Amino acid sequence: MSRPSFLRVLVVHGMLVLATMATLFPVLWVVKMALAPAAGMAVSANPLPTTFSLENFASVLGTRASDGSWLFGRQLLNSIVVSSVTAVLGTTLACTAGYALSRWAFPGRERLGALMLLTQSFPGVVMAVPLYLLLNALGLLDTAAGLVLVYATTAVPFATWNLKGWFDTLPKELEEAAMMDGASRWTTFWHILLPLSRPALAVTTLFSFLAAWNEFILAATLLGDERAWTLPVVLNGYVGEHGADWGRFSAGAIVVSVPVVALFFVLQKQLVEGLAAGSVKG
Amino acid sequence: MLKPGARAGSSTLAHPRSPATRSRTACGGAPDPWRRGVFRAFGVLVGLLAAQPASARDVTLWHAWRGEERVALEQLTASWNVAHPETPLTTTFVPYEALAGKIEAAVPLGNGPDLFIFAHEKAGAWAARNIVNPVPELPDALPVARAAMATPDGAAALGWPLSAKALALYRDRTKVPEPPVDTDALLAAARAHTHRDQGAWGLVAELASPYAVAPWLHGHGGGVLSGGRVRFGTPENAAALGFVRTLTREVVPPELSGAQLTQLFDSGQAAMAVSGPWLLSELRSAAKGGVDWAVSPLPKVTATGRPAAPYATVDALFLARAGDDARAVAGWLASEEAARVRVDVGHQVAATRGITYDAPALAAFAAQLEHAVPMPTDDAFAMHWEPFARALRGFGRGTLTPDQALAQADTDLAILARPPAPPVSPTPWVVGSGLLGLVALGMARRALWGARVDVLRWKHAYAWIAPAFVATFVLVVLPFVTGATVSLFETDGVRWSFVGLTHFIDILLARDWPLTSTLSFWSTLAVTLLWTVANLVLHVGLGVALALLLREPWVRLRGVFRAMLVLPWAIPSYLTAMVWKGLFHREMGAINALLAALGLEPVGWFDRFATAFAANLATNAWLGFPFMMVTTLGALQAVPRELEEAAALDGAGGWERFRHVVLPLLMPALVPAIVLGSVWTFNAFNVIYLVSGGEPDGSTDILVSQAYRWAFTRGHRYGYAAAYAVLIFGVLAAYGRGVKRLTGSAT
Repeated sequence: MSRPSFLRVLVVHGMLVLATMATLFPVLWVVKMALAPAAGMAVSANPLPTTFSLENFASVLGTRASDGSWLFGRQLLNSIVVSSVTAVLGTTLACTAGYALSRWAFPGRERLGALMLLTQSFPGVVMAVPLYLLLNALGLLDTAAGLVLVYATTAVPFATWNLKGWFDTLPKELEEAAMMDGASRWTTFWHILLPLSRPALAVTTLFSFLAAWNEFILAATLLGDERAWTLPVVLNGYVGEHGADWGRFSAGAIVVSVPVVALFFVLQKQLVEGLAAGSVKG
Repeated sequence: MLKPGARAGSSTLAHPRSPATRSRTACGGAPDPWRRGVFRAFGVLVGLLAAQPASARDVTLWHAWRGEERVALEQLTASWNVAHPETPLTTTFVPYEALAGKIEAAVPLGNGPDLFIFAHEKAGAWAARNIVNPVPELPDALPVARAAMATPDGAAALGWPLSAKALALYRDRTKVPEPPVDTDALLAAARAHTHRDQGAWGLVAELASPYAVAPWLHGHGGGVLSGGRVRFGTPENAAALGFVRTLTREVVPPELSGAQLTQLFDSGQAAMAVSGPWLLSELRSAAKGGVDWAVSPLPKVTATGRPAAPYATVDALFLARAGDDARAVAGWLASEEAARVRVDVGHQVAATRGITYDAPALAAFAAQLEHAVPMPTDDAFAMHWEPFARALRGFGRGTLTPDQALAQADTDLAILARPPAPPVSPTPWVVGSGLLGLVALGMARRALWGARVDVLRWKHAYAWIAPAFVATFVLVVLPFVTGATVSLFETDGVRWSFVGLTHFIDILLARDWPLTSTLSFWSTLAVTLLWTVANLVLHVGLGVALALLLREPWVRLRGVFRAMLVLPWAIPSYLTAMVWKGLFHREMGAINALLAALGLEPVGWFDRFATAFAANLATNAWLGFPFMMVTTLGALQAVPRELEEAAALDGAGGWERFRHVVLPLLMPALVPAIVLGSVWTFNAFNVIYLVSGGEPDGSTDILVSQAYRWAFTRGHRYGYAAAYAVLIFGVLAAYGRGVKRLTGSAT
């Protein structure tokens, strides 16, 4: 292709800069509020921080329980544990289902696949109370395990479809050759298919992780003790009905977001490949 | 008391035959280190989960007290535990938003605490549902607290009153040295300190809320409850709203939230504030750069000579599980001795008689309680908040006169408080569904029998999908079906009656409202469709455009741009939605500041449907475009450059190349993303609820936020809400079917 004209280069870069600025505008406000000292921040159109105080961060990170233990550390650990187990459990459940839906034309495949997608249109409003009763019947109320189970199953339908889309793009000949050599279905799946599916697995895991990392309502309802809380519940506490502590809220928001942004950054390549699986075939 | 849930939960997950551990044993000796690493990490995490402590407790107490109040409670708990090691007390903090829901769900199931602390106004309904156990009447409580805690028959108390809260007047002493004695003096002082151009206000108060308007209703001789019935349209209430209109026109900033009130008063931008004791802990002292403030009771209303009387809410200790230990703990926490600690450490206004206050501000709140109306606890009153708040917002925008606002509130309330639908006989339903079940069973059997060879041949496939499907069925499908069944019932939380399709008929025929009302299903559906389509256009348009820009090989800093542009996706959406709401605030938002910098007039974003809708749309477009951008970037990898170059050689322009070469190749990836995206947007509850909150007048509500309101804020009409949810599901299922037919015929 011929070299682009100078004007074209300028316009494309200009548009990208503009889009990035618009995208960053609210983010910069969060940073500005987090860096402002405890109270009182003048309103202006300037989203760039004018003060640099780490007071809010120190206060959020240093939160201690009444017995003097490091409460924030405990809650951070809860969030990491709950989200990681959710991500791994959700992806594990989804990968065999996605594979079966992709490869085998068993009776009812269409229906079961459609049912999976249909669950995405269930409005959550009516599910909270039955879910609560169900977890109670299972003896899982007020436990991290119950929360993980709910998060993981909620993540399964999307994960299954995403992985199915990926498996659809892998040529069948791969497994046929292996099966000829006498490998079992499971061996083929485990040793040939899965290693080829790292981008899709990474994206699916990231998605399930994010859903759990960010969820607030169920966590607030299902977790009792402060020491069992996940970070979204903690953050919500900073913006009470009457006194919103925007400084600490923003500092907490940054603390919650940084690991996720880092994950996104590390997984960028897999994200781009793994999400658009369906098209490679097309 | 042992908590069985904690132990059972951990052991289920760590059970050797759970699906996750099963695949671990199956892959034993996997050669690939990354896989081994993943499973090792997983094992560690499961261990950590299992290690969550499960402690044995005796008396448990749930509360939502924060800050100093919480410190005081914990100090009291520690003292109790030293003195009574045989009946230890454990207090658990629960976020305020979650506490009521948890109590209503947990106590009837026997999972609740022994005691809990909550504001008294829900206690009447809770006593009717046996969630709280009445206790003998308490003679040494303040009169207002005793009135608040009285059971309907007056023979006992609903619980032990601890502290009482009511609105009073804060003032900046440098600007208003003496407390204003009446409303004329209040207005005069406020006018003297209002300079809109400098952002200075004479008074800050949340005048769009029924709670903050109530003192003026009572001061004018009015009120919303008379003789057990709610009635808004009285001459006294109209006179009170006339006074409120003067305030909002001249001295009070519009659409003020509690947090903004705190900020304005604390920074010295407001001379006076009407707020409760919760503001005390938010204000800085004069020594730390705060204003020199003082508190006094609200002034008298000049026209009537009556004092402005706010509602008093009583934080009380309720007995959820009757037991002598719990009673002993509660009696002590409510005693004068404990009240002293709550006053000195927690800076509360105690509901106990004869407490003296060292802090003048607390003494002023205690004085205000002598002219306060205990918040009524009956159902009729609980129903009045939403219609009154709606009317007040319309009134605040200046579109309604006081009489019109009150008349609208009366009309809305009459609809909301409509008697429950009459029960219908369930017999035909039972017979009908029994027959249908038999027919379905027969058909399923025949289908399975017909395909038995195939089913047997593919039994491994069923085994592979079983874990995912069983989990989805039990934890997603089953709760939804159970929840949806509620749509055939009417319930007030205690009694259930079968009403068949009544809710559906009411909703679909818009029996209660004109079709164009914001409460009607059809107008909400129209808004929801507009919302979904507008969002999709923006998501796909922005996402595809940015992906195409980023794809040019000569773009510098591509990685940086890409990382910045996916940020909205990476940050928790409930956080950013709240930030966006702040950005759109009329007085204090950065967007209006930006408009002002460009020389434009500030916009009241949530005053009109178009701008409120635009604010929601901007937020959700910002949240959603990265998903489409990343999907498109991936799909573009499959579009060979050579194809485009060939088209360029044939003389195709940029748009034609995109339209005829690139776009067709993108479609296979975009179509599923669009279908999923539209379903998610259709149910995008967070954005609507957190940004516009349905403003103005619920016109920007979408179906799912409407369902939420029916279930949780409009008198707990679960059946009606469930019918909404079923209809939402129906619309989306029909949409999915339509898409399938379209794409099916296209390929």
